[in-house]
Amino acid sequence: MSTELRPGDHAGGIGEPIDRREDPELLTGRGTFVDDIEKPGMLHMAIHRSQYAHAEIKGIDTSAAEAMDGVVAVFTAADMEAAGVPGHVPPVYRVPDMVEPDHPILARDRVRHQGKPVAVVVANDRYLAHRAAEAIDVDYERLDSVIDPVEAMGDGAPQLHDEAANNLCFEYENGDADATAAALDGADNVVDFSYTYQRIAPNAIEPRGMVAEYDPSTNDVTVEMPTQNPFLHQTILSDVLDHPQNRVRIKSPRIGGSFASKSMIHPEECLTAFSSIQLQRPVKYICTRSESFQSDEHGRSMEIEGAIGVNDDGEFTGARIQATCGLGATLSTKGTTGPTAVFGPMISGAYKIPELHYKGLGVFTNATPASAYRGVGRAPASFTVERLVTLAAREVGMDPAEIRRKNFIQEDEFPYETPVLTVYDSGTYEQALDMAMDMVDYEELRAEQERLREEGRYIGIGISSFVEPGGFAPTFYSEGLRMTEDDSAVKASFWESGSVRFHDNGQVTINVGTSSPGTGTETTMAQIAVDILGVDHDDVTVLESKDTRTLPQGQGTSGSRNAVMGGNAVRESAEKVIEKARKIAAHQLEADPEDVDFEDGEFAVTGAPDRSMTIKEVAEQAYLGHDLPEGTEPSLEAQSGFNPPNLTFAHGTHIVVVEVDPETGEVDIRRYVGVDDCGVRINPKIVEGQEHGGAAAGLSAALYEGIEYDDNGNLLTSSYQDYALIRAPDMPELELDHTETPSPSNPMGVKGKGESGAISTPQAVVNAVTDALQPFGVDNIEMPITNERVWNAVNGAGEGS
Amino acid sequence: MKARLCETMTHDISLTVNGEKHELSVPPDRLLVHVIREDLGYTGTNVGCETSMCGACTVQIDGDAMKSCTRLAVQADGANIRTVEDLDDRGALHPIQESFMQEHGLQCGYCTPGMMMTSLDLLESNPSPSREEIRHALEGNLCRCTGYQNIVDAVEATASRMAAATDGGHNVD
Repeated sequence: MSTELRPGDHAGGIGEPIDRREDPELLTGRGTFVDDIEKPGMLHMAIHRSQYAHAEIKGIDTSAAEAMDGVVAVFTAADMEAAGVPGHVPPVYRVPDMVEPDHPILARDRVRHQGKPVAVVVANDRYLAHRAAEAIDVDYERLDSVIDPVEAMGDGAPQLHDEAANNLCFEYENGDADATAAALDGADNVVDFSYTYQRIAPNAIEPRGMVAEYDPSTNDVTVEMPTQNPFLHQTILSDVLDHPQNRVRIKSPRIGGSFASKSMIHPEECLTAFSSIQLQRPVKYICTRSESFQSDEHGRSMEIEGAIGVNDDGEFTGARIQATCGLGATLSTKGTTGPTAVFGPMISGAYKIPELHYKGLGVFTNATPASAYRGVGRAPASFTVERLVTLAAREVGMDPAEIRRKNFIQEDEFPYETPVLTVYDSGTYEQALDMAMDMVDYEELRAEQERLREEGRYIGIGISSFVEPGGFAPTFYSEGLRMTEDDSAVKASFWESGSVRFHDNGQVTINVGTSSPGTGTETTMAQIAVDILGVDHDDVTVLESKDTRTLPQGQGTSGSRNAVMGGNAVRESAEKVIEKARKIAAHQLEADPEDVDFEDGEFAVTGAPDRSMTIKEVAEQAYLGHDLPEGTEPSLEAQSGFNPPNLTFAHGTHIVVVEVDPETGEVDIRRYVGVDDCGVRINPKIVEGQEHGGAAAGLSAALYEGIEYDDNGNLLTSSYQDYALIRAPDMPELELDHTETPSPSNPMGVKGKGESGAISTPQAVVNAVTDALQPFGVDNIEMPITNERVWNAVNGAGEGS
Repeated sequence: MKARLCETMTHDISLTVNGEKHELSVPPDRLLVHVIREDLGYTGTNVGCETSMCGACTVQIDGDAMKSCTRLAVQADGANIRTVEDLDDRGALHPIQESFMQEHGLQCGYCTPGMMMTSLDLLESNPSPSREEIRHALEGNLCRCTGYQNIVDAVEATASRMAAATDGGHNVD
């Protein structure tokens, strides 16, 4: 029976689709998520949140809550101030000349979005805490609110922060505006495009939560919370609470999904720690789902304008894109990222476009703060480029596949530097397109499309040829944000750590600086170690940097970087360990190190295979230390900080085939074909899992998802009744294949992959739906593509068309 | 003083969880999922939405897959409940757990216990479901990681394994 199957039963090196070592504990319910944590004497926190989007706070009456039996404390901003706690959450990345308003963890005198924490209750029971939070009475004086970022910049719009005229937080530019304008002027045709890339809630199925425990005898505050960035969050919490950094300890249990929501510090993480310190008791807080919708930082939220110049033969001359991002009520920790350095540098897509210009605006609105969500910045960038390219093909009467082929960066043109300061590492863009077209039988589909149109049926084919920058690195990437060290509120960097430590029995512990939100990183790192060191899986333990007190400094997980950055740091350390072990083996085998070969976990003298020792035996000798070469320290371990020269650039082509019913507006996804290239695949099963999840996220965004507010800034989508996520019956069977173009930026040739589907899919759907509706003259349709929007587009009824 | 009553008045109930009988005294507003997780310590069952929409809290109640986050504990008085903790035999995985592992039917693992309890209910009534039937059965269980395809594969594989097991274990991988 395969019940005997466990990690370690496989050779399991790089390239093998082995089972994940994380799975048994997750499958049996033994894995620990944050809400599973209990502490003796633990209290529960609940939050009283603003019911209004924009209002002055005139008074807070907490007496009814305080009078309830079992309520231990109620805190407001006044209590924080009395305790001398700064309570301001700083942004991680700054843009030059930006306005940086207060981001208090409890509203001081004004609320700027619905759901803003105004007071917290700490009680001895979760139910009681929530009841008491409801009993708090806040006296508000309402103010006008604004949700649309373009409207927010207009004259007479409600102003959120005195220091931000017209609600503008920052402007960011990349490329040459004048040269691009000239390139568009000189083109045979210019295609314009404007679009709303809607607000999306990250929606990890595990809500955010945390357990904070303060120990007055050591002054340690330990916060256990699911986090992709434990060390970054240690730094931020230390700043927010003005608590010594070495006395703030972050530990991450298993993370029940993140999609970036657990890469930010929100007020709740700080409030739980604050309450614990004040009360000297453990305090737990778990978001309800409706609180998640109000408080998890949203993604996207962009008003996009674009134009591309295209000659009659299909050649691009230049493109200009402007994105106005609704940042929400204030700057979140990563709020600057979306419309800046992960958008602007990616507007060349997979194409040679001689002149490019990008402008990104960050604008305050009375919405939940916006920030990163799977594919931040890169998703709207790729969306805009792929829509412009498709519209350009229609303009000049070319097939959308042909115009892509004509303008692709060719395999022999890498490294390729774009006009927006990005250097792509490698790619075989045309091969991926060809393969996807073969898989979907493109020519036959076009013929079928013609036949069906005569019968009054409308199928459409949408192509998306994307590039995903991943493997976020290197240390100087922050230059892309024009952020100098002096500008950095929080020292954030993009190198990564990895270590390999042999024990005296020959078993191995790997440390890696990532913090996987469920993506199988422990398995992947073990595969690298097994492959290089020639040891068994059962002998390898992998620890990600999920405890800031006991584990090595790590930069964490974001930007599809675990395999590339963590993986190569582990690889480097494994290679260093082998070199040290080779010297010890050579000494004991009485040979020159140059004459000692290493293969399958064994050192052997060249030409004398009987003179050999396993790396396990070397480890034992290294720790005994009785007989080591002169100058060699006992022990067998190595630490590395991997800092490559560039990001990696995965790519691929996804083709979506839809049938649209113009009578009902129903969109049926008939086919989803994807060809992905992320270089070398360490565990193909895990990579495919990322492709599946990404495709689902992209289809979900295209067809179902969208945060909506009413005119008063009330959140209309605060549960799964109102905010739809894609479900099992809605998903097509995904047909996937891949090409493999190694990245020259790292010795393993791997590229970051985790966000490709979320980046590439929405535009494939929009391209497909508008392709289906060409007989009705529909060139554009907003996401999510609801039946109503399709029907309106077909019937020329304004919105959507 | 309704709230006051809720806090102080409790009801005696009995629940059998994974074969073990528990006698409890619970407030009338206490949710079944909190009794299962917090009072009895079966933390494998998770909470994702408190509205019956995500399915992370799915357990089997008297043999049927049910969401335990919108059910009061008092409503479950006398019920026989099965949670994810009942599936493995001291670490030896149940066929559905093996299948989820081999087909990579989980990533973060948060929705997985609910997915498995729902799937087992399906397989009880329909031992060899089509992919469409599996997708339909899982409609009430959200997953943000996997795109569902490998979950459907895992349920198909479970059906084959369980059918083979009733055949005396022949033809099992």
